[in-house]
Amino acid sequence: MSTTTATLGKKSAPVRPARILLHLFLAGAALAWIAPLAWAIYAALRPYSETSEKGYVSWPDSLSFDNFTNAYQQSDMSHYFVNTVIIAVPAVLLTLFLSSMVAFYVSRFDFRLNLVLLLLFTAGNLLPQQVIITPLYRLYLLIDLPGITMSGKLYDSALGLVLIHVAFQSGFCAFVLSNYMRTLPHELTEAALMDGASVWRQYWQIVLPLCKPAMAALATLLSIWIYNDFFWALVLISTGENMPVTSALNNLSGAYFTDPNLVAAGALLTAIPTLIVYFVLQRQFVSGLTLGANKG
Amino acid sequence: MSNSTTAETNTQGPEAAAVPPPGAAPAKMVSQGHRRLLTRRDRLTLGLMAGLPTILHFALVWVTALASVALAFTTWDGIGFDSIKWVGLENFKQLFNDNPQFWPAVQHNVIWFVVLILIPTPLGLFLAVQLDKKIRFSRVYQTAFFLPVVLSMAVIGFVWQLIYNPDTGLINSLIGANEPGKYIDWIGDPDLNLWAILVAASWRHTGYMMILYLAGLKGVDPSLREASALDGANEWQTFKNVIFPTLRPTNTVVLVVTIIEALRAFDLVFVFNKGAQGTELLSILITNNIIGESSRIGYGSAIAVVLLLISLVVIIPYLIATFRKERRA
Repeated sequence: MSTTTATLGKKSAPVRPARILLHLFLAGAALAWIAPLAWAIYAALRPYSETSEKGYVSWPDSLSFDNFTNAYQQSDMSHYFVNTVIIAVPAVLLTLFLSSMVAFYVSRFDFRLNLVLLLLFTAGNLLPQQVIITPLYRLYLLIDLPGITMSGKLYDSALGLVLIHVAFQSGFCAFVLSNYMRTLPHELTEAALMDGASVWRQYWQIVLPLCKPAMAALATLLSIWIYNDFFWALVLISTGENMPVTSALNNLSGAYFTDPNLVAAGALLTAIPTLIVYFVLQRQFVSGLTLGANKG
Repeated sequence: MSNSTTAETNTQGPEAAAVPPPGAAPAKMVSQGHRRLLTRRDRLTLGLMAGLPTILHFALVWVTALASVALAFTTWDGIGFDSIKWVGLENFKQLFNDNPQFWPAVQHNVIWFVVLILIPTPLGLFLAVQLDKKIRFSRVYQTAFFLPVVLSMAVIGFVWQLIYNPDTGLINSLIGANEPGKYIDWIGDPDLNLWAILVAASWRHTGYMMILYLAGLKGVDPSLREASALDGANEWQTFKNVIFPTLRPTNTVVLVVTIIEALRAFDLVFVFNKGAQGTELLSILITNNIIGESSRIGYGSAIAVVLLLISLVVIIPYLIATFRKERRA
């Protein structure tokens, strides 16, 4: 609209009714979008005794963080946060490491297979998880790892979750990184090759440092995805104690979070890390998401 | 991702879903001459660099996907390999003819896709077009619309339960339907619950689509807009005739992401009501055959094969088109 008037050379009035209308619409819609979360926060801030007496749609007599502290302590939530860290940190690092190696190979060396390789990696990442879960579950039960994991198997272990996250997510990352690496000037590695630098040095000291922006975006995206994973842990972890926090929420809501106010507080607590990452690293997150969907 | 774009795709996700772009930078390759500079050690390094991730990915994703296909023609109690028995198409026959949940599940997956593509996707596009106009507070609006995409589906499920709960939820409290006799059971009623969940799913999907379209719109050449304006086209005509056609690559990605999201839908429903009557989905049926009381491996795999086939019908043409374009470039 503004471009239209500008290019036609008309003078644009300082206050345009259309703009105001647009702002009203957007502000209203944005508020409506926040409303469900705001409602959850409101419920979580009120004591259960008050809401059961007055109903949930009522003015508050008292607001406090009691539900949050109770939900956190009663469910021993710090334990589940630790579980998540044990799974997510190695999974993100390993995914980036492995997929950058594949991307380096595919983007820098013409070994005929590369297109097929990339195709299968990407296709694998697009499959619904449930397509592979039945055999995967059986496979995890079959693999004995006495002494390596607590359960003695790949099933019900943090290691098992790390591996499936890495295997599943590396397709997307390899695709994004290989596109990114192709935009780097080829002379960089060619010169190094002429100087006799090993392949590993080309990768580690030349290509990888140049991929920092893409890696940062992918790291942000992967952290949130893996943190938010619900399905893998639900099926591949049997001991409630071993679950990462997002999947544990489901068990906790029955066992410890006995009223809706506590459930709201518990659910919101698990959302806090993703919200912090999102607000601090919003640009990385969004660019990571669109990196895969657009050129560059 | 769930990843998804994703993927998955979701996101994963589940993510989210991760979708590669149609067309990418042209591939320049090391020429034959240079390759001779590689030492034996370099070749070994390269082999390991490409090989290790490939083995992991193939073992856990493709071998298991193929195993799903193989197991779909067998019965197996999961105890020892001796008990695997070939039964041909028996699992599929039972699935198509005798399972009262199967066709509803297929139908719900289709509805899921149709709703996502008809409501939140155009809404996301509309918001993106408005927010692309260099208006004030654009960032604030974007943050609000995109917020649900960052939350896990599990959290979204819990948040919306607070709205839909028949006793204590926001809606029933507001309209006075939270008294015995007047209940509207948004979560349990098979005629209502799928639509209630789809509102929550759309709440998330809108922001996701908005971000994809915003990125697509950034790539539209501003001179196209100006030329169209000079021709006297109004805003709608410019959008319809100039902007939308140039968004074609984004539209393809959006379509694929939406289909994948509809096939992957699981967490939200599981948290909401465990896939009770009215909200059956293929993903739920498969999972119930693993963690449920009766673990029927062959039968669950047969459902997985149906899901796999539907997915491949979408994934293969898309990837072929994407990579063909890339090769041509």
